[in-house]
Amino acid sequence: MMTWQMILYIVIAVVVTLLVRALPFLIFRNGQAPAFVLWTGKRLPAAAMAMLVVYCLKDLSFSAGAEWIPTLAACALTVILHVSFRKMVISICGGTALYMILLHVL
Amino acid sequence: MRDRTHVLRRAFPVTVPVLAGYIFLGIAYGIAMRARGFGIAWSYTISSLVYAGSLQFAMIEPLRLAFAPVTFAFLCLLIQARHLFYGLTMLEPYSRTVRAKPYLIFSLTDETYSIVCQGAPADLSPESWYLAVSALDQTYWVLGTVLGALLGSMIPMDLLQGIDFSMTALFLVIVTEQTMDALEAWREGKESLTDALFAPVLGGTATLLSLLFFGKDSFLLVSMAAMLLGFAVKYRAEQGRKQA
Repeated sequence: MMTWQMILYIVIAVVVTLLVRALPFLIFRNGQAPAFVLWTGKRLPAAAMAMLVVYCLKDLSFSAGAEWIPTLAACALTVILHVSFRKMVISICGGTALYMILLHVL
Repeated sequence: MRDRTHVLRRAFPVTVPVLAGYIFLGIAYGIAMRARGFGIAWSYTISSLVYAGSLQFAMIEPLRLAFAPVTFAFLCLLIQARHLFYGLTMLEPYSRTVRAKPYLIFSLTDETYSIVCQGAPADLSPESWYLAVSALDQTYWVLGTVLGALLGSMIPMDLLQGIDFSMTALFLVIVTEQTMDALEAWREGKESLTDALFAPVLGGTATLLSLLFFGKDSFLLVSMAAMLLGFAVKYRAEQGRKQA
């Protein structure tokens, strides 16, 4: 591609991203939205976080143990740590450390 | 000025999981761009202006292929559509911000949303809190990109392999936290069990089923539609219950 074509690609990426992120604010100005939209917006975080967890795990392959064991074990540890101590730092550090160790060991 | 430092100091610990993930992925992005002949000027510009991890990785190859702007725009839309949801949650909180509003909207990534959707600490100005979290997160991303673009293979990526799991862990911890809160509300009799667990169960199952049936490329759009439908049905049911 020519340089101007690559620059145009970047502009497209910027505009689409900005548009998607700004659209709710453009449609519902000053935060005035129908009751259903506000009601949904309040309940979305819990649903969106569950969606993002699945999104993060979308490339998980079950063909070999070395592929899925680190991920699922680390997820399990993260949840167990959080249910037990309810300290974000402990849960995230513990889960990530286990994941990195298993990745190197397996 | 002292206020700003204070808010940044408060926001920093909360963003540490994002720091680990963004620096690592930013480095990986800088290296990947470099390997394909795009130097620091390209990767820095893209990380500053596009600022969207998954899209930036997905657009590395198209940047070298034949020029097809319309197809590319659809690719961007497909990857970015999930961000539509985040604005819905932040409508009210961000409507009360003034000067920072454009930047807050521009920088509303998955990870930033996961933090700002929990609200601001009661003793701080919400606007400065949201701004501190958003700006710290983008700093990590751009910093990682620059490091990767400059140092390339000098960085021992093998040792850091897997550190980006911190972002999966972040999302998982927030789901767990919200679910535990909901279960407490149920135990105290404030909410029914179905009300309490509705959102996380809806989000998880809708996305998982969409992934299984529609595959990696378009499952998020299907899942978002399913979630909106689920919320609409639930809302109607609740309104009906109130009227009865």
